[in-house]
Amino acid sequence: MLLIHCPYCEEERPEVEFAGAGEAHIDRPKDMNAMSDAEFEKFFFIRDNPKGVNYERWRHIHGCGRFFNAARDTVSDKFLTTYKSGEKKPEVATQKPVQGAKK
Amino acid sequence: MRNYSVFSLAREALRGHKGWAEQWRSPEPKKSYDVIIVGAGGHGLATAYYLAKEHGITNVAVIEKGWLGGGNTGRNTTIIRSNYLYDESAGIYNHAIKLWEGLSQELNYNIMFSQRGVMMLAHNVHDVQVFKRHIHANRLNGVDNAWLTPEQAKEFCPPLNISKQARYPVMGAALQRKGGTARHDAVAWGYARGASDRGVDIIQQCEVTGINRDAAGNVTGVETTKGTINAKKVGVVAAGHSSVLMQMADIQMPLESFPLQALVSEPVKPIMPCVVMSNTVHAYISQSDKGELVIGAGTDQYTSYSQTGGLHILTHTLDAIVEMFPIFSRMKMLRSWGGIVDVTPDRSPILAKTPVSGLYVNCGWGTGGFKATPGSGHVFAHTIARDEPHEINAGFTLERFRNGRLIDEAAAAAVAH
Repeated sequence: MLLIHCPYCEEERPEVEFAGAGEAHIDRPKDMNAMSDAEFEKFFFIRDNPKGVNYERWRHIHGCGRFFNAARDTVSDKFLTTYKSGEKKPEVATQKPVQGAKK
Repeated sequence: MRNYSVFSLAREALRGHKGWAEQWRSPEPKKSYDVIIVGAGGHGLATAYYLAKEHGITNVAVIEKGWLGGGNTGRNTTIIRSNYLYDESAGIYNHAIKLWEGLSQELNYNIMFSQRGVMMLAHNVHDVQVFKRHIHANRLNGVDNAWLTPEQAKEFCPPLNISKQARYPVMGAALQRKGGTARHDAVAWGYARGASDRGVDIIQQCEVTGINRDAAGNVTGVETTKGTINAKKVGVVAAGHSSVLMQMADIQMPLESFPLQALVSEPVKPIMPCVVMSNTVHAYISQSDKGELVIGAGTDQYTSYSQTGGLHILTHTLDAIVEMFPIFSRMKMLRSWGGIVDVTPDRSPILAKTPVSGLYVNCGWGTGGFKATPGSGHVFAHTIARDEPHEINAGFTLERFRNGRLIDEAAAAAVAH
């Protein structure tokens, strides 16, 4: 089980108090009617799903109830940092990118 | 390839079993192939096998970063069924069942396919309505599935608790008698042996690190830890790592990779005559031929590539198992493990061409890909060989997330995800 630091409660709590809420920093469109199908697909369905640092939302559902963001390494499952909603994506040491292909 | 038979077994028994050959070759990669399959799991090996057998394309390499069958093929709970709701799903999963039925003979390899029946329990009014709807839809599609009362369910599976005093009493069940289990490793090994015998090179311990394209954007091959290997067609069959592989060709996928766990108990004498699944109390269980109870859990709530998951997921699953089968409450669990499953937004797979010419993808099987292995390989080989989908996988496109033609099977999966 993961130990997660809630940036609002300012303490580490077990994972069962939290609900994962998927990829973070996806802006909700201001006018969905004006979106192209490709833009809607990107917003609604396409996900980074990185092997390495993932920026994701969590909700402290059995605690303060608030949403916050986290940077977590999906290879080790280790949290690199958690931060409040609305704060900018923090820079964290990233894993070596996959080796480039010849184009 | 030497045929396995009772005569070969008898001959080797007399010779001290010294004459058995290796089941597949382990060659060094050639400079180029007609087709490269990335990923030597069941689906990838089946694809290579049918490319060689049905389409005459034998200059094929299957490239695997670990060992063949070492990913989700060797980690699943081996359940086979086809009682999905929509026409497209009924098409592909029933296609698979038909191939499963003759697969041991076709491969000359005992995959231990056992049609012992898959029973899905209903615990509330909503379950009852949904399952009856599934049964009607299945009947229209020629998929076998039948409604059982709690008493009939108990008769089919005697260890089941149908007490009205249970926290979530059994209100009935949907039974697919043609469903069952197969030996997962043997499926990978049988396809590997059959493919290798037809000239397919299976290259293990070789990781693909890039997908190469020419100036016009067409696929020219792959970069690997054993050097560049050229091919005009590349099929990605990489399960949990599909997003990572497709990113190498600058394609972002509608996928998320989650841990999915399973566990087995100590072996006991035969007691579970079938497979039992429950969406509502959230567990599924069968008994292997070794005697272990094989139990599957739901996915963890976060994306991961770690092939492990939280212990609380397993304890929650065992709560449900003991609720359904109080008789198992003192069983000891021996092992647990995790796999990484690639889940699509509509819980249906993607078996399709991609925007990159010469690149094909077979992914998104989520929590239930094993059951489709032969059907998936069969139609994916067709898609690669003809450069167009088979009618069975025509609906499982990558574009459906743009044009909205989703195949929403979220309710057909046995566990919440």
